[in-house]
Amino acid sequence: MKTIHLNKKVPVALIMTAAIAATLGLGGCAANEAAGNSPTTDAATTGGTSLSGTLNAGGATSQTAAQEAWRAGFQNANPNVTVNYDATGSGTGKQNFSQGGYLVAGTDVPYTAAEASGAFASCATGSTLVEVPVYISPIAVAFHLTGIDALNLDSSTIADIFTGQIQTWDDPAIAALNPGVTLPSTTITPVHRSDSSGTTENFTDYLAQTAPSAWPYPAAQSWPSDLAGEAAQGTQGVRETLSATTGAIGYLDASQASDLGQASIKVGSSWVAYSAQAAAAAVEASSMDAGRASTDLVIDLDRTLTDPTTYPLVLVSYMVACSQYADPNDGALANAYLSHIVSSSAQQAAAQNAGSAPLSQTLAARDASVVGAIK
Amino acid sequence: MTIAFSDMTASPTRTLGSSGRRVSRFFETGSRGVAVAAGGVVILALGGVTVFLTVQGWPAWTAASGLPQNASSLWALAGPLAFGSVWASAIALVLTAPISVGVALFLSEYAPRRVARVLGSVVDVLAAVPSVVFGLWGLMVLAPMLAGPYAWLSAKMGWFPLFSGQSSATGRTILTAAIVLSIMMTPIMASVCREAFTQTPQALREAAIALGSTPWEVIRLAVLPYGRSAMISGCMLALGRALGETMAVAMVLSATPGLVSLQVLTSSNPNTTAAFIAQNFPEAHGMQVSALIALGLVLFAITFVVNAVARRVARPRKEA
Repeated sequence: MKTIHLNKKVPVALIMTAAIAATLGLGGCAANEAAGNSPTTDAATTGGTSLSGTLNAGGATSQTAAQEAWRAGFQNANPNVTVNYDATGSGTGKQNFSQGGYLVAGTDVPYTAAEASGAFASCATGSTLVEVPVYISPIAVAFHLTGIDALNLDSSTIADIFTGQIQTWDDPAIAALNPGVTLPSTTITPVHRSDSSGTTENFTDYLAQTAPSAWPYPAAQSWPSDLAGEAAQGTQGVRETLSATTGAIGYLDASQASDLGQASIKVGSSWVAYSAQAAAAAVEASSMDAGRASTDLVIDLDRTLTDPTTYPLVLVSYMVACSQYADPNDGALANAYLSHIVSSSAQQAAAQNAGSAPLSQTLAARDASVVGAIK
Repeated sequence: MTIAFSDMTASPTRTLGSSGRRVSRFFETGSRGVAVAAGGVVILALGGVTVFLTVQGWPAWTAASGLPQNASSLWALAGPLAFGSVWASAIALVLTAPISVGVALFLSEYAPRRVARVLGSVVDVLAAVPSVVFGLWGLMVLAPMLAGPYAWLSAKMGWFPLFSGQSSATGRTILTAAIVLSIMMTPIMASVCREAFTQTPQALREAAIALGSTPWEVIRLAVLPYGRSAMISGCMLALGRALGETMAVAMVLSATPGLVSLQVLTSSNPNTTAAFIAQNFPEAHGMQVSALIALGLVLFAITFVVNAVARRVARPRKEA
């Protein structure tokens, strides 16, 4: 009997201790926040380590690996800040930003100029929308052929392959571009994404801009539904299908294409294999989208560049923020986090972690001047 | 039922005093309340889901633009997807039904008791494997393995409409998806059938044996007719799982949304509703979100119809 009583008492004691501890702990938190509020506003200008709070962000799935690197780096430097990045997809990210759920959002598809002049829940009145390119990812046209690691394919040939006009690898159109390469008579299996994605949109945009007669479809996040071909889910699904199927060709994030054959695309009159520098150079060489606020750095990607130091088949992903937040602490957090993202060390970290192309110095400087002014 | 009930109420009165009776009454009303509340939660959840799907999806029903895939109307989008869901599930059911009944018969009639117990729990474990695991296996192991046989089938039997067309080089066709689905459905259907078969009244079996039946005739005359409604409801439970299965299909199937095709070996296959919703939701916004939710309502309606039909068919025949 006695042992039973003892057993009953122990949990009660434990619960009470826990409750007291919890109360003390909570009290401590509250005190921290109250005290922390005023110094954090100063931190925006000094960029010191006294920032505190939680920055809820989310959006584009393409940025997931890069955001992991950025968050880790930022939270190391600012131990009192928690950054959350929810890879919900660009559409949901923008929606949550508009409604105030996210302080900043990542998106592959920027707001249209009309949407950008609308109202955003977290922004102060008179604030303009900030959109800065932060993540540049070359898209590789990758294939699986035994013994062939590289091929030259121009955009109209790529379009013909994906529309089913060219059906075998030894087709004269491919042979003409690749003198000296012995092409097998294997059937071509073109592989596209079955889910809607920014990669598909940039790939179709590239074909639509550079080979409009061979590719009569507009740029879109989902693959044209009247085209046949193999569909796979996500970058990993495409990679898996390409690795498993001889004769397959597909498009995917270049960092995931290292063990596959890769096509060089035609830029001007030269053949260019993807590289981080060439991808960043293509973004830099493109002009800004006109008719936007000075803080809204949306790039109108020019896929028809002719400079052989550029690789115009790239995906650019943006971070979205307010130029002025209703809550100054939010502004300080957004300013510090975005400034971190465009810094060269963070861009290198993303290149390591996600295989992205770091921003060129010109682009990084332009981004930094905008995000450094966020209040 | 009545015996058990009177036992329960009688025993406390005998062993406990008046306070015991009060406690017993408290538990009686209490358990009744809990049961009623639990029943209510089910109705509320179902009603809540219906209201959510209807309200949130409402704008899409009349929309003519802004829909996923640039569809001209929601019907143009929903029709082929509904076809894909039903088609994939139907193939899977055709593959599942004989295997499940066979497994159940083996476990209940032929297997030694110890083997039946071990094998029975293996089947139950199969039911608990998450669908994403089946998806990975289907994508990385099964599909590449089937590409060869598919090429052979389409070469030798291409005259048969289902096997016509250029066979897929990756094996990620609707037939592969249906095979994966059927592996997920088998344990559900098999365990429902086994339960029913083992409960075949001994008198029925003995009667059949007395007439000189062989073991197979016992099964045919006594076990199968007795388990008929269980087999049908097992089919429908399995079909319910197949219709709603998302992850495995999304990973395995090479789908072309908007396509309606009966060919089961080509790269271009109709997509299923659930997989389409999952693949498009992350990047959807505005009207597209409404359209995807409306597609959910369509799937909900299909499942509802399947269940209603099953109930009707599975209702025990009236004794003459």
